[in-house]
Order: sequence, then C-alpha cells, then structure tokens
Amino acid sequence: MADGAAAILLLKARFPEALIETGSFRDQHWAVLRGASWLPVARWLRDDPQTAYAVLLDVTAVHWPHRPEPMEIVVHLYSPSRNDTLRLKTRTTDKGPVASLTPLWRSADWNEREAFDMFGVVFEGHPDLRRILMPEDYTDFPLRKELPLFRG
Amino acid sequence: MPAQIEVSPDHPETLTINMGPSHPATHGVLRCVLQLDGETVVGCDSVIGYLHRGMEKIAENRTYLQFIPYTDRMDYLSPLAANVGFALAVERLLGIEVPPRCEVLRVMCAELARIGSHLVWLGTSALDLGAATMFFHTFKDREWHYDLVEDLTGARLTTSYTRVGGVVHDATPDWLKRLREFADAMPGRIDDYEGLLTKNTIWLKRTQGVGKLTAADALSFGVTGPVLRASGVSYDIRKAKPYSGYQNYDFAVPVGTEGDVYDRYLVRVEEMRQSVRILDQALKNIPDGPVNIDDPKIFLPPKKKVLTSMEELIHQFMIVTEGFECPPGEVYVATEVPKGELGFYIVSEGGKSPYRCRIRSSAFNNLSSLAHQVRGELVADVVACIGSIDPVMGEVDR
Repeated sequence: MADGAAAILLLKARFPEALIETGSFRDQHWAVLRGASWLPVARWLRDDPQTAYAVLLDVTAVHWPHRPEPMEIVVHLYSPSRNDTLRLKTRTTDKGPVASLTPLWRSADWNEREAFDMFGVVFEGHPDLRRILMPEDYTDFPLRKELPLFRG
Repeated sequence: MPAQIEVSPDHPETLTINMGPSHPATHGVLRCVLQLDGETVVGCDSVIGYLHRGMEKIAENRTYLQFIPYTDRMDYLSPLAANVGFALAVERLLGIEVPPRCEVLRVMCAELARIGSHLVWLGTSALDLGAATMFFHTFKDREWHYDLVEDLTGARLTTSYTRVGGVVHDATPDWLKRLREFADAMPGRIDDYEGLLTKNTIWLKRTQGVGKLTAADALSFGVTGPVLRASGVSYDIRKAKPYSGYQNYDFAVPVGTEGDVYDRYLVRVEEMRQSVRILDQALKNIPDGPVNIDDPKIFLPPKKKVLTSMEELIHQFMIVTEGFECPPGEVYVATEVPKGELGFYIVSEGGKSPYRCRIRSSAFNNLSSLAHQVRGELVADVVACIGSIDPVMGEVDR
C-alpha cells in the first residue's frame, strides 16, 4: 500500500474532528491536522500498534505568506515495524505557537530548533528553543519568503 | 556563544571546557562544550552551524539542475551518493524513470561513495584513538577510489555526476575494467584492516561498551544508518524501500547488538564488504543501452546534435537558461547514504525552482545523540564517540 494511506484511513475513523484535509501525490499520502490535535494525534500514531510510528524522521516548515495561516509545519514519521512513512502537517500563524513534539521523540529537539531558527515559529513546550545553525545574535529568519537571497 | 548544559546535582563542582570548533578529533567544525567532573563528562552541548551555507534557501532560488552541484558540498566525503539522492527526488516529482544502465551506474556510484566514506571514517576514527597505521592504509585505498571517481566524473570531490533523468555521460569499458580491479582487491584489503583492529586489545578497550545507544534511544533520536544498525535495528532504505533497482542485488544488512563504538566499527567494516558484493554484481550485470531518458524538455540533448540541429540547440538553450518545469506537488524521497537516511522533501508549485527544498540530513540527526552517548563517559571517550558517529559537518550544517 502506498506510503501513509493505511494510517490516514485509521485517522479518519478515529479522529475525524482533528483532520482538516488529506492529500496525496505520487503515492505519498499526508494529513493536515488542527493545531489543538497535533500532540495527542502524534502520540496516538506513535503508540498504537496499528500505526507504530516509532521514528520522527524530520520536522520542518513551509512558509506561505499569502495564506491566512502562513506557517505550515511538516513532519515525516516512519514506522520500522510496518515500513511505512507518513507526512503530517499543521498550520499556524506567523510565529506559532505550535505544540512541541519533544515529549514524544527526542529527534524533535534539534529539528524543532532548526525550524524555529529558520522560520521563527515557536514550539510550545520545547525545553531549549534557541537557534541552532545561525549565530545567536542573528535577527532574521532566513527561510521566510520575505527575506531575499541577496540583500542589495 | 553561551551554551546550555544541565548540570547534575550530584556533580556540583564541575569544569566547563571547549572541544572544538577547531579540533582534529571533531572532524570539521564541531564544537562540543563539555561539563566535566574530573575526567568524567557530566554534560555536553554540541554547537553546530559553523558550516551553514543556507542550501535550502539557495535551492528555492535555483533551477533543479543548478542545485545538483550544491549536493556535492553537503557530505563532501560521499558527494556521489547525494547526487543520486537529489536526482531521484526530482525524478519522483516529475514521475519519470531512468533507463536500466543508468540505474546500475548510480548503484555503482552510491556503493563507491559508501566505500570511500567508510575508508575515511576508518582511518580517521582509528587515528583519533592512536592507531595511526590505519590512516595510511585506508588513505592509500581511498586515493585509488578517488582515481576511479575522478576518471568517471572529472572531479574528486565536486562530482555533480547525476542529472535529472540520467547521468552526465556513460562509463567507459576501461573504467569498468578498473572498477573490477578495485572490487577484486578490496576484500583482501578489508581483511588487512580487520587484522589490525578487530582483535586488537587496545582497540577493544577503547571501543567496547563506549557510547552505548539502545535501540529505543536510537530510534527516538532519529538516528539512521550504521549507527542505528549497530544498536540492533535492521533499517536500511536499500532493503526497506528499494530504489535504483537495489531489490535485484543480493546483499546483507549487518546489524550489531550492543550499540557501542565497537559494534559501529564492525557494522561499517561489514558494509564495505557488502558494497563490494554489490559492485561485483553490478559489474557482472550491467546492461547496454542509454544512460539517460530521451526527453529533450528535461535532459540536455547530445552536444553533437546541438551543434548541427536547430531544435536541439533551442532545447539546450531553454534548459540551461531557464530550466525545466516540474508539476505542482510534493515528494519526500530518501536514500541510504553512507551516514544514514538522506531525504529530500521538495514542495513544488509548478515552475522551474522548488518552492521549498528541505534536506533531511542523516548526520544532523545522528549527531544529536552525542550528548546522550557521552554522559558518564571519560573525556577521551568523547573522541571515540564522535568518530563512531562519523559526522560530516557539511551535511550537518548544510
């Protein structure tokens, strides 16, 4: 079965109110969750044996400045027992906040720090949310769309 | 820059020292701020970013083809592997597949990169622990590997060998013959390396039981590659989600039990042997045929035709000056590079550049487990742990 499809069927049955929309492209499926459901649904996806996403592969964001909720948080989960990858998203305002996944996976620590560093989005509940790649005295958030590649 | 370290209440009198960012054993510009109680590490904060070049931002401002040279500069010990990973991601976005001969050449590149990267790791991590002889042996063979890389691609490090829809040019029969010589010689060379270290008492004492990572911790930290497999989790993308025809090759995925520095050593050495097995099968079964797709809208036409035919000249001009279009959509494509899972998450709105290109770095996630590994170990073991994680800061910082 295509990546993430089985888990999204389960999510539709179990948490219909948490889902904003689902989508797929080239056999990869994703679900967009409401901000309030971000942490509880992720916890269920990690712990339920039918989903068993033991690995948080990646946390990142995509900036859509013209949307009402311009910051889209994207995570990729992997289940070694089921050999399946799932893409989860949530949307938030310019600076968040969005619930941190650090209580569930330790990889959320550095990856959320990087998303904060690059986009300025705040992860609520992160124990140590400071810049990771950019210098500490840097004031911009480089991957936001309003920031040009070169400043003339 | 102030670093943040949790100091344990059991160790009130501690000393903070900097290891790096310019230290021979940190393999690049990694700074570890260590909190020490005597010789024992009670806290560690890894400070990274010294090599950050903003590759994800650059990708948004370049065409897909223009980004391939940047992938060379991520893990600069195995640029060929990153070339292959990025090409596969864009091909998935386009929904195209490359011809069989191209797939085999890419497998050869990926495995050659794995051997080359592991040779550097073996030489330097042994040198860090005082086994200087290893360095000379592995670097001699690494030069051999670089000669092959250079003859295939024209460069030692900045290979940029893949293109979306193929590779730059075919390998010559002479090159394949010389790759055969390399593949035939390597098993004996690996025996020699193992003869120096595998049962060496000093090596065992420095590596066994050091930097232990349980399977559950490794998964939680998002650790992948040889470090994860040394902890007993048999996750290798070449088996889990085969790409470039890896399902057609007969090879084993070595797995450790202890998750310590020694098991990571054993896993990587065995991986080199398995890579040689794959090279051997690839050399036996390489099919004839083209090495790129025949789509002038995506792949550059042959130079000879560009100089004689108007249509090809226009295609070449369009691809070089403007790039090709990708459909709107988003893909996450991961490949097994020498350090672990290298993933490209590309979001396209249509058009000639990615709207967003996220690079999921294997070394970044592996390195995040360093503080956990070294807590309670001696200062000298920090060196062993860093060496066994094998971070390449170009890929960590991107």
